[in-house]
Amino acid sequence: MANIRVLVAKPGLDGHDRGAKVVARALRDAGFEVIYTGIRLTPEQIAEAALQDDVNVVALSLLSGAHNTLFPKVVELLKEKGLTDVLVIGGGVIPAADIPGLKAAGIKEVFTPGTPTSDIVKFINENVKA
Amino acid sequence: MAFEDIKAGLDKFNAGVEAKLAKAPERANLEPNRLYTPLDLGEDFDYVTKLGFPGEYPFTRGVQPTMYRGRFWTMRMYAGFSTAKASNERYRYLLANGGSGLSCAFDLPTQIGYDSDDPMAEGEVGKVGVAIDSLADMEILFDQIPLDKVSTSMTINAPASVLLAMYIAVAEKQGVTPDKLRGTIQNDILKEYAARGTYIFPPKPSMRLITNIFEYCSKNVPQWNTISISGYHIREAGSTAAQEIAFTIADGIAYVEAAIKAGMDVDAFAGRLSFFWNAHNNVLEEVAKFRASRRVWAKVMKERFGAKKPKSMMLRVHTQTAGSMLTAQQPNNNIVRVALQTAAAVMGGTQSLHTNSKDEALALPTTESVTIALRTQQIVAYESGLADTVDPLGGSYYVEALTDKIEKECWAYIEKIDELGGAPEAIHKGYIQREIQDSAYKWQMDVEKGNRIIVGVNKFTQEEEPPKNLLRVDASVGVEQAARLKELRAKRDNDAVKANLAALEKAAADENENLMPYILDCVRVYATEGEICGVLRKVFGEYQAHTTL
Repeated sequence: MANIRVLVAKPGLDGHDRGAKVVARALRDAGFEVIYTGIRLTPEQIAEAALQDDVNVVALSLLSGAHNTLFPKVVELLKEKGLTDVLVIGGGVIPAADIPGLKAAGIKEVFTPGTPTSDIVKFINENVKA
Repeated sequence: MAFEDIKAGLDKFNAGVEAKLAKAPERANLEPNRLYTPLDLGEDFDYVTKLGFPGEYPFTRGVQPTMYRGRFWTMRMYAGFSTAKASNERYRYLLANGGSGLSCAFDLPTQIGYDSDDPMAEGEVGKVGVAIDSLADMEILFDQIPLDKVSTSMTINAPASVLLAMYIAVAEKQGVTPDKLRGTIQNDILKEYAARGTYIFPPKPSMRLITNIFEYCSKNVPQWNTISISGYHIREAGSTAAQEIAFTIADGIAYVEAAIKAGMDVDAFAGRLSFFWNAHNNVLEEVAKFRASRRVWAKVMKERFGAKKPKSMMLRVHTQTAGSMLTAQQPNNNIVRVALQTAAAVMGGTQSLHTNSKDEALALPTTESVTIALRTQQIVAYESGLADTVDPLGGSYYVEALTDKIEKECWAYIEKIDELGGAPEAIHKGYIQREIQDSAYKWQMDVEKGNRIIVGVNKFTQEEEPPKNLLRVDASVGVEQAARLKELRAKRDNDAVKANLAALEKAAADENENLMPYILDCVRVYATEGEICGVLRKVFGEYQAHTTL
């Protein structure tokens, strides 16, 4: 497969970036091209970065509980920019009860604490449109 | 027994063990030596200079002479969610159930200086802590809680001066003067840049705000701990035990240097500096870490800064059990993890402790799970015997050797950071962030390769139903706070707000002004936190992070 480009992004005000950085590095070690945005981005900034960097995957990380508001907003803005082929996945402290709603909103998979990074690599390889 | 005899005995013992290893192998990946003996302390082990007595330099064995024989550590449960009213109920519940101090968790907009109706606050209001927009919220947060009787810790950094001012103003309304107030503000901006992320302003004005607080409190709020120099979040971000204390003590050195540079005498403020450690899973390593940190700080204060008062050399510490070590899988197991971490913090000699709840890998804790966490401390205090003697592991060959090892690693890092130009410069260069990230990545890879076992995650796993009864913060909190703000802005004296914000702006532009009195004036007339931080943002600008990967 051609180079898969992944944007690892942290929407909202949450500063917990251990998970995002570990995942970013594991994805890089798995051969993906990885761009990490750093913390505290608005959904608009993330969608814009996805457009500018021409990514195949947007991986969102959030541990503050604002996922139900911010994850779907990123998906919406990506659609507005015509980025309908981008695979959007998410991770963080996300209660199981919220996952069906997030999936319905266009988050293709949600990875919760304890997930091996190899599962994320596998999911991207199987689901990305590149 | 002479050292030669011990050495001969140990060689014989090891030869015997080695001969049998093929048949009776040891577990892989074990870090410590098989057995520790007096040889590990060294022949010239000097009890008085290395350990001394509790309450005496170098404080290895503890900062108080009687430790928990006098009184237990403060059982201080970190809490806050949703509105001030909901959090006030939780605080009063905790105090009624034997909690001995308060600890406020603020939501992210509050921690980053945004009002609840700011577009940047969308989705975050009341989520990870309580939403505080103005003195009006703070009055509700401490309703029916006498501030001269309880000590309060506030996890607030970039806008620490604003929240401290609100606390002082609430106390005034209760008829309590500032000299009676006891508590702590985190106020540790360096670790925000390096590991936690709730910075607002660039380093220089941030350090000024911090030293302004040191100075103001030394004169007006003398019992207040003006900073909690925090390793907790550095550890949560993935550092090792030695890195946790090394990077934090390096931050501490930077704060002391800044205050001295601002013209303060070291003994005028150093006694009010406090620390914040993580209590992680490896019990004995953690105990050694606490002991090593006290020895290093005492030496730093005495030798590097020439402190004279013993209080200035004491590393007093609050501890929280490691949130990142809790598992979302089989969450009841977390009760056991927290109990062991509590044991580590207590044998390490902490001054106060927050114990995490079993459900915190999933959500904020429910009242039931918080109660178990508090009871865990009470069981360790009253039933375990761990609190009955001072520094119970002092003299253990292993723990002393480990204390020495961690201390050595800590000094090596401090030296390296000195070479880089001090902690602010080391953070600016991304050095500290990279060290932490490398450790975090190594940990994760060890777990994935099975070199490190996490029960219920990569071994002893089982199918389970998602847990029920998690605490949920309703999205309506944001709407409610926005409505309260609208009402506040309509009924307060807006001319007074405007005048005080203008005075603050002018003072902020003059480096020689202490901003605390100006912020207090703004708070008293119900200027909002977002308005006050907005003025400071205008004068100071905002920090632009350098992201390292």
